[in-house]
Amino acid sequence: MSEKQTFSGNRGLQLEEPLIFEIGSYQNCGVDLDDVPDVASCLGDCAAPGNADLPGLSEPEAMRHFVRLSQKNHAIDAGLYPLGSCTMKHNPRLNEKMARLPGFSDIHPLQPQATVQGALELMDDLAHWLKTLTGLPAVALSPKAGAHGELCGMMAIRAAIEAKGELATRNRVLVPESAHGTNPATAALLGFKVDGIPANAEGRVDLAAFKEKLGDDVAAIMLTNPNTCGLFERDIIEIADALHAVGGYFYCDGANFNAIVGRVRPGDLGVDAMHINLHKTFSTPHGGGGPGSGPTVLSDRLAPFAPLPFVVSGEDGFSLVETMGDARLGADENPFGRMVAFHGQMGMYVRALSYMMSHGADGLRQVAEDAVLNANYILASLRDVMTAPFDNGPKAPCMHEALFDDSFLKDTGLDTLDFAKAMIDEGYHPMTMYFPLVVHGAMLIEPTETESKASLDLFIATMRDLVKGAKEGDMARFKNAPELAPRRRLDETQAARNPILRWHEPTAKAQAAE
Amino acid sequence: MRYLPLTDTDRQTMLGQIGVGSVDDLFVDVPASAQREGTVDLPRHLGEMQVERQLSAMAAKNMTASSVPFFCGAGAYKHHVPATVDHIIQRSEFLTSYTPYQPEITQGTLQYLFEFQTQVSELTGMPVANASMYDGSTATAEAVLMAHRVTRKSRAVLSARLHPHYTAVVENLSEMGGFAVAQNRVGDASKVSEAEDLLALIDDDTSCVVIQNPDFFGNVSDFSALAAAVQERGCLLIAVVPEIVSLGLLKRPGDMGADIVTGEGQSIGNGLNFGGPYVGLFAAKQKHIRQMPGRLCGETVDADGQRGFVLTLSTREQHIRRDKATSNICTNSGLCSLAFTAHMTLLGGKGLRHLAQLNHAHAVQLSQKLSAIEGVELLTPAFFNEFSLRLPTSAAGVVEALAEKGVLGGVPVSRLSPDAGLNDVLVVAATEANTQEDIAAYAAALKEVLA
Repeated sequence: MSEKQTFSGNRGLQLEEPLIFEIGSYQNCGVDLDDVPDVASCLGDCAAPGNADLPGLSEPEAMRHFVRLSQKNHAIDAGLYPLGSCTMKHNPRLNEKMARLPGFSDIHPLQPQATVQGALELMDDLAHWLKTLTGLPAVALSPKAGAHGELCGMMAIRAAIEAKGELATRNRVLVPESAHGTNPATAALLGFKVDGIPANAEGRVDLAAFKEKLGDDVAAIMLTNPNTCGLFERDIIEIADALHAVGGYFYCDGANFNAIVGRVRPGDLGVDAMHINLHKTFSTPHGGGGPGSGPTVLSDRLAPFAPLPFVVSGEDGFSLVETMGDARLGADENPFGRMVAFHGQMGMYVRALSYMMSHGADGLRQVAEDAVLNANYILASLRDVMTAPFDNGPKAPCMHEALFDDSFLKDTGLDTLDFAKAMIDEGYHPMTMYFPLVVHGAMLIEPTETESKASLDLFIATMRDLVKGAKEGDMARFKNAPELAPRRRLDETQAARNPILRWHEPTAKAQAAE
Repeated sequence: MRYLPLTDTDRQTMLGQIGVGSVDDLFVDVPASAQREGTVDLPRHLGEMQVERQLSAMAAKNMTASSVPFFCGAGAYKHHVPATVDHIIQRSEFLTSYTPYQPEITQGTLQYLFEFQTQVSELTGMPVANASMYDGSTATAEAVLMAHRVTRKSRAVLSARLHPHYTAVVENLSEMGGFAVAQNRVGDASKVSEAEDLLALIDDDTSCVVIQNPDFFGNVSDFSALAAAVQERGCLLIAVVPEIVSLGLLKRPGDMGADIVTGEGQSIGNGLNFGGPYVGLFAAKQKHIRQMPGRLCGETVDADGQRGFVLTLSTREQHIRRDKATSNICTNSGLCSLAFTAHMTLLGGKGLRHLAQLNHAHAVQLSQKLSAIEGVELLTPAFFNEFSLRLPTSAAGVVEALAEKGVLGGVPVSRLSPDAGLNDVLVVAATEANTQEDIAAYAAALKEVLA
């Protein structure tokens, strides 16, 4: 391996790229615009004196800048991206093409509804697919992401409690310790008291501890199923029944729906509300952290409180119920309000429906089965060298993700972070680290159904080699990693202690010192 | 199935290695009553061509903005997006990457987020901006919660001219979170200043006053005096910018004294998309960064001393702080913020000003043509690319009649605020995408409809 230092700082195809502000010009513009008609300004007292202090780039310079940046990213199109609980599956390009049809991408949310009948039909179709797949009677499409969907579901629960006049007394939300951080954050945002439930020795909700927590003041449980240890909550129906018996509501975090889509309907498990991450289960791209989309299905008990807007169909075609005073709202319908401007993530609706139609009911069931098969294959192929905390052999399979802890690294002087960073040098994006919090040094691997056996075999072989290296004391391979990525380990402490959150023109003094 | 690589042979081999007989054995933990035989009642799989045919048929039922003279705004604007922008956001490495949890192999995402934060900070005139929110409405609701945290108070005062959907989102989140909201009464759209009304609504428990510029009706104004008066009362001023292109010509909210600026960034880089996905902008003062919601990208160095970027100040966030987090937000609007940054980079400050001038000039031309029609009154004396008209009849009816003539003529206030008593008011936007022919066609059609 060459340690050659280059003059330019570039390393072959790996090119260093400055910030826009360091290469752009204040005279440059990469867009040709029409001449401005000569009219008198009507800006009143609000006219700015000059241009925003931002440089521009010509089109070729801009293209090169962003393409160079793109080459510093790992992506699912480039390789396995086994982030547990994130469902990094293939993003079909047909979805992108469909979302860009002008009939979907070039329509305004507030143009007359008679001119957007196809868009409303698509929303209605998507709602039908989501309701059928979950076995629940209603869906709020508008939430913008998973955490926003959680908020939607918990708002519907809060509204239902309020309608019963129990808001003052029913204010405790049970959240398992293995939950995503968004769950307690969402409950707290709505003024609920968060009460943790421990996990049992097999990584599931401790049923006895859960039942002890039940009472008239329990508003809801927020339970992820399959849970974040990658396990199906075996007692889920018993949990739902016990909760319903004391008047509580069952919020299910649907982040892991990919494991059961087309095979198990959450409605059959007693769920009252569940968000669906279209960007996980239904293949809309993660886009470097959004945009997501979090439609939330609701049970009969919560459906009357579904937020605005929603699509209804009648003799004149489809239309939107958008305001509280809408005459079409029945006496029993009491929307809790509005979560977003306009109607939600239409671009994501198109992509998700395109994906669902492609797979069909048969293909979606196969999705769940292959996702679970792939995860179990990884578990079975690594359990002898790594440590899976809740593993009990083939009779106790995992669902769509395999959870390991760091005990196999005991006495090596290495931790989960070191192991993850060494994976980067091997060309892999690491798994989810240190989550869930219920096991020490967690490593949560979710391969998804879109990995081939050959891809998994290569990954497994690499993981086994790394474990061997760790146990043989090859410290440098881990402690110095990554060495072959665009950057080595970054100093996060400095970033937080002295936050630099935007570019500033270097001062003359600093420039002189360089 | 084209998205599934495993063959039946693979599946059998893998089941054997796992030590089970069939895939059903992997679902043993599902209660028997929830086990389903066969598939759910939905259509079977389709080839690419069939999906495309069905969805194209749906798309064809919609009247697209580019196909007609088009003048709808009210928080979503029709602008030209350069082809380069759409190519960049479809790069696999951006499109199919996740939140940059492993910064060593996601410097591409992190660097553009840092560039995005710098651009938003510069445009708004605020010291810091975050890595984006879901959209303008949710950003505004989060800003109100942030003002409560900063001031340790719990009531917000809203302008009557805040976008009605934004108002609804703020009210919903506030009510659900146990906070109070007081909105100025929905007044006459032409009233020049509501500053005194807003100040009168402030009480001892008020944390912030939320205004919008340009406001929902299109009015623009220098709110420096209001900001100072609000701050004198111990409150924060939150300024909402629904049309970010306006900042190519208008005074920056930070320069007018705003404490928090939220905005909708859709206009730069992002299409109409029937309302989403869009990109929420959120900018604030340096001293409040630890109370900000959402992701923040910061500069640092790596083990070799090279500059690099990371997500930072995550001790504010839900995955660390859980129920003590500043917000429950997890994702941002990553790819939409990339579209914003790519388009903004092509424009530069110079191009943005030119673009804004075109928008303003077209709106001025249109306002003159339309207000010359008998019975039509221009309600907004100072505006950017959007203005309000009082019509001699129901604005909703006029918009329907215009649509039948193939003109999408704006948004009737009654669609969003049916109870405001403004059924005769129409909000009309013009952008660089409108031609002189579009403007003439609109004037002719409106004249016919009102005749």
